Amino acid sequence: MHGISRRGLLKTGVAAGVLGLTGMPLRAQTRGGKLTAGLGGANTSDSWDGRTHSDIFMIASAHGSVFDCLTEVAADGSLKGELAESWEASADAKIWTFNLRRGVTFHNGKSFGADDVIESLQMHVAEGAKSAAQPIVAAISDMTKVNDYQIQFTLDSGNADFPYLMSDYHLLIFPAGQIEEGIAKGIGTGLYQVQSFDPGVRMVATRYPDHYKGDTAGFFDEIEYIAINDNTARMNALMTGQVDTINRIDFKTEALLKANPALRIQEVTGNQHYTFAMLTDNAPFNDVNVRRALKYGINRQEMVDKILLGHGKVGNDTPIGPANQFYHSEMEQLSYDPDKAKFYLKEAGLDSLSVDISASNAAFEGAVDAAQLFQSSASAGGIDLNVIQEPADGYWSNVWLKKNFSAVYWSGRATEDWMFSTAYESGVPWNDSQWGAEDSSRFQELLLMARAELDSDKRQAQYFEMQEILRDDGGVLIPMFANYVQAVNNRISSPDTVGNLWQMDNARMSERWSVA
Amino acid sequence: MGSVLKIILQRLALGFLTLLIVSVVIFTAVNLLPGDFAQSILGQGATPEAVASIRADLGLDQPPVTRYFQWLGGALQGDLGTSFAQANFASFTGTDSGATTVAQQIAPRFQNTMFLAMVTAAIAVPFAITLGILAALYRNTVFDRATNIFTLTSISSPEFFLAYILILFLAVLNPIFPSLSNIFEGMPFSERLEKSMLPALTLTLVVTAHMMRMTRAAIINLLASPYIEMARLKGLSPMRVIVKHALPNALAPIINVIALNLAYLITGVVVVEVVFVYPGIGQLFVDSVKIRDIPIVQACCLIFATAFILLNLTADIMSILSNPRLRHPK
Repeated sequence: MHGISRRGLLKTGVAAGVLGLTGMPLRAQTRGGKLTAGLGGANTSDSWDGRTHSDIFMIASAHGSVFDCLTEVAADGSLKGELAESWEASADAKIWTFNLRRGVTFHNGKSFGADDVIESLQMHVAEGAKSAAQPIVAAISDMTKVNDYQIQFTLDSGNADFPYLMSDYHLLIFPAGQIEEGIAKGIGTGLYQVQSFDPGVRMVATRYPDHYKGDTAGFFDEIEYIAINDNTARMNALMTGQVDTINRIDFKTEALLKANPALRIQEVTGNQHYTFAMLTDNAPFNDVNVRRALKYGINRQEMVDKILLGHGKVGNDTPIGPANQFYHSEMEQLSYDPDKAKFYLKEAGLDSLSVDISASNAAFEGAVDAAQLFQSSASAGGIDLNVIQEPADGYWSNVWLKKNFSAVYWSGRATEDWMFSTAYESGVPWNDSQWGAEDSSRFQELLLMARAELDSDKRQAQYFEMQEILRDDGGVLIPMFANYVQAVNNRISSPDTVGNLWQMDNARMSERWSVA
Repeated sequence: MGSVLKIILQRLALGFLTLLIVSVVIFTAVNLLPGDFAQSILGQGATPEAVASIRADLGLDQPPVTRYFQWLGGALQGDLGTSFAQANFASFTGTDSGATTVAQQIAPRFQNTMFLAMVTAAIAVPFAITLGILAALYRNTVFDRATNIFTLTSISSPEFFLAYILILFLAVLNPIFPSLSNIFEGMPFSERLEKSMLPALTLTLVVTAHMMRMTRAAIINLLASPYIEMARLKGLSPMRVIVKHALPNALAPIINVIALNLAYLITGVVVVEVVFVYPGIGQLFVDSVKIRDIPIVQACCLIFATAFILLNLTADIMSILSNPRLRHPK
């Protein structure tokens, strides 16, 4: 990843505006034409309300096409301004001043300003609102409008990632005073203006004339996103040329796509990972040696080969992936070693270990198979895993966080702090290894230090150390990172660098791709 | 004629009772499924507090009997309620303005399903009856056998398999029809027809065998009757004997079977709609069962049940009307 520009940006956010203007090194891209995409992950309950978004269809439609956020993560992973032109932090990273872009209009003609930002963000903490981005906005203790184009955010505690968090796909900017209308009709400031939207069926939008991104983005005249949740139907639609691109290709029929000269496959490793979480406050997982024995008893490469059919990367028991800023790629890789597993069992004072492992395909596709592979590889290390196949219905409420050892899926988070404070900070509800403060004191201490650290080099050292602690002591086994795999018709050209934060070039194919 | 009217009223009353029972069964069945709306919509985020808050918002915390009668009270007044997904969404915004009712949600989907059913019926019914007549005419010949084998094979194959075979031959190898049937409002009729062709052909393959074999059997049955023998002895051509003399008397069972199959076209399209991404009621139904959205599931099931009841009724009425002996009972 191009970490340098990201780090530089954090120190001097002002540069972001400049980068935004120079943009990515793009090939000559033709304007015009239409993009038709067949996307899985649509629901009949979909709406334009950013608070409810969780899957690719609405993220690509709203975040990727019709709406904008304050900041945007570019395909190379660097952060750039979207509705914000630049930003600055106080020394303790508690007070953030954002300068907004001038001359931006919503699709209904209303001009954009500070009020829109404040009102849109407040939606997420409104009483009774159930926004997934609620923790981000709740951490802002005060939002002050300095003038129409400048806002000052005061945070509860310093957070160096704050500008990153503002690029979250839930935090869409709606027109102030017309938020309900904005939600009902889809009125944003994005590159494309909604023509029709039928939840769970399709979305059509046309290029908004005179958009502030000008000629650097949004090359199609029209985009049509069709909801195709059925895998085979999606593949068929692409093969027969009815759509130009699809997400989540079916690995079993991938060979057919590859054999078709008119199509190409895009594959990136992001932060999406599959895990087995141990409850470290319960025996036997409260003993770090038992956890280590299991870490050596799992054959990670075999899982990537057999469960992901090669479309992934082995994990190192840290949730920080290649799409993160401070991904520790040099860290020594844990590998399958039954002798070491036996050694650590002995350290724990055990000759053999017998534990239940809960899995269901609700956790991730192939979780039960993965647990069985784990069972057979672990037996060589003297570990007897008893695979329990749990019902898919109610898996997240009855098994996850409740059973001692269970399979879990995580889509990952854009920043280290966000990921750690969601699932690894002591005491947070989704800490699925119940990693307590006593067991992980150094990790928890580093977490707080790194959060407010504006110096990127120091931060990197802190996050690297945290990843090492997780690898050695952590309670979550992360055997694999699953790739985002999509297919595109050669009629459509896409830049060489494809975003890996989310499927479909960070869901921004309408912005970055063009007719070949 | 009075007796026909009496039958209609009687059957409608019974039909209403059936609907009531169906609604109880569906409600119980959905409640018996593990998990509820709150858990499935929250997925990984189903913390006890979040689940409780959604349940309280939607009234899911009340006992099932109370919820059923609340729903029934509304339904009897023609109000099918608001889907959980929409109501939950409305509670996000804190207003009711965003929520569409079940009726508003289902109406366009139902129209699409009806359109597909009609296109299929327009192809399948004439096709099946013609095949049936020809099979009766050339019974026990190679043509008869081939027709039987073909139709029985197609009815015995799972629908999604037929759908994929058709996609392979008519969309991938010979791109005649699109494999994606994403019709939408405002689409010109001809395009709509073209896009609906593959699902319609799939359904045609599924329903043809039943109708065709019933036509064949009913006609062959009559061919042994004395009046047919008379017609034959008059020197009429076999075609004329069958179409003019045998068919009218064979209509009752044929109509019955056609009606049953039409009902199937409305209720049995779930798999076909999913394969072809056809935005009909079946897809909505599948989505709603997945998230345990009881109001929509109830409404869909009631529509399915009503279709069966009404078409069965129509079948009975038609067979009475087509049979003079039943039309004028002594």
